[in-house]
Amino acid sequence: MHEGPLRVHGRLVGRRQLLRAGMTGLLVTSLPRWAIARPSLDEAIRAFTRGADVLDGRVRLDLPPLVENGNAVGITVAAESPMTAGDHVRRIAVFNEKNPEANVAVFHLGPRSGRAAVSTRIRLASSQVVVAVAEMSDGSFWSSRASAIVTLAACIEDLS
Amino acid sequence: MRALWGLAGIIAALVCSMAIAVAIEEGGRRSGFDFMTPETQALQADDMSNPGMLWVLQGEQLWQQAEGRAGVTCSGCHGDASQTMRGVATRYPAFDEATERPIDLAGRINSCRTRQQQAEPLAPESNALLALTTYVAHQSRGMPITPATDARLAPFRDNGRRLFQSRIGQLELSCASCHDGNWGKRLGGSVIPQAHPTGYPLYRLEWQTVGSLQRRLRNCMIGVRAEPFAFGAAELVDLELHLTERARGMLVETPAVRP
Amino acid sequence: MARALINVPKTVKRGEIVEVRAMIAHPMETGYRVGPNGSNIPRDIIRRFACTYGGEEVFWADLHPAVSANPFFAFTLVASTSGTIKFTWTDDVGKTQTASAEITVS
Repeated sequence: MHEGPLRVHGRLVGRRQLLRAGMTGLLVTSLPRWAIARPSLDEAIRAFTRGADVLDGRVRLDLPPLVENGNAVGITVAAESPMTAGDHVRRIAVFNEKNPEANVAVFHLGPRSGRAAVSTRIRLASSQVVVAVAEMSDGSFWSSRASAIVTLAACIEDLS
Repeated sequence: MRALWGLAGIIAALVCSMAIAVAIEEGGRRSGFDFMTPETQALQADDMSNPGMLWVLQGEQLWQQAEGRAGVTCSGCHGDASQTMRGVATRYPAFDEATERPIDLAGRINSCRTRQQQAEPLAPESNALLALTTYVAHQSRGMPITPATDARLAPFRDNGRRLFQSRIGQLELSCASCHDGNWGKRLGGSVIPQAHPTGYPLYRLEWQTVGSLQRRLRNCMIGVRAEPFAFGAAELVDLELHLTERARGMLVETPAVRP
Repeated sequence: MARALINVPKTVKRGEIVEVRAMIAHPMETGYRVGPNGSNIPRDIIRRFACTYGGEEVFWADLHPAVSANPFFAFTLVASTSGTIKFTWTDDVGKTQTASAEITVS
């Protein structure tokens, strides 16, 4: 069988190489946009902490272990802190493992907050891990993780 | 010979009763609220957490807003909704003299708009129509459902019951197959409720918004792979009529929250 | 007028830690959903939520599409002086909605 090179855009490309390139292209274009763009959970946390160490403890993330519908999952994040001018929580960030985007929200607090506790409702596309990271006024980072099983609705309605 | 026919009749009746799901006894009726997780129940129970209250708030604003060529507000005729609309939703669908048909609460609001306010009717599932319907129904929260006893409604209610028990769609399921015959069991991860319309319009987490009972009925029809009736179709109102009779005495929860 | 529900205690003692809650009607459209005609539904979210107390920003949040539709937040504040607690929601195109409540500190 003829194994001669093909000329593509003026460059010499082997047939197998071309086939490989084509298959890769097909794979990449068939993936949803976010599957390529999304950083991992750890990468997202590192971007928030700018590479600083994250310690376990001082933060509690409450997340229901079994979720009926992932469109509204109630969470509460609380951090142990006296919340004084000299010693308080500056930020609390929430990250997820498997949504199209890793970031959920970043809350900015201070001594006027009184307590470091925030509740909200978040979306979870599937069963996954959620992580809360608190940044203290001394620059240290503390985290807590929890996972939820998300059941999907039995009957999906069309959008029309 | 007569005895033989009698026996055949009994067998036929037995087969039929097996094929037709047995209706839920009055004492065994349960709101969909009872089948939810404690987290979702808490969402409904607290008005500051319940997203459906945002539609109640909008409805309260629209109640005071002049509309149409007549330029009148709902409150212009009906006054303070907390007084005049209290208990109204418990009696709907009601008989509409003009069309000689049952009309549901959203239909009544639109009929008021076109006839009294001389405004364009609001689109089905539009925020404005859902808000007004939710606001009016909310005035009956905690009151028992007491369907209108108007004899003229009977044939429509019968048709609603017939539709409830008719197998439809590629899955060949009736409403009764699931909600009379298999409630409490699971369909995938979801518990099958008894399908009592106690909290409509309600905030469904799956929709991420408030929706009407008609939207829910259409949703189920799509679920069994049937062609759903159009919004406002007579069949949907007949079904609503049957469902409210089936839930007679249960308490209004509007705005409910459901998964 | 914003379709928002806010909950701030009316009268409190100085130094007391109070919980405030805020919820606004907003679809928080993620940008990842596909409409009936197969095209993407464009993203439309509240990007920033902030709370000022007596004019000073005391709490704020940067939000992403993973925050649920009709976003809800509950957090705490130290009651310092009588004044206005104001909530501001800012969307993707910079449009803002506000709601506020008065607090009396004794």
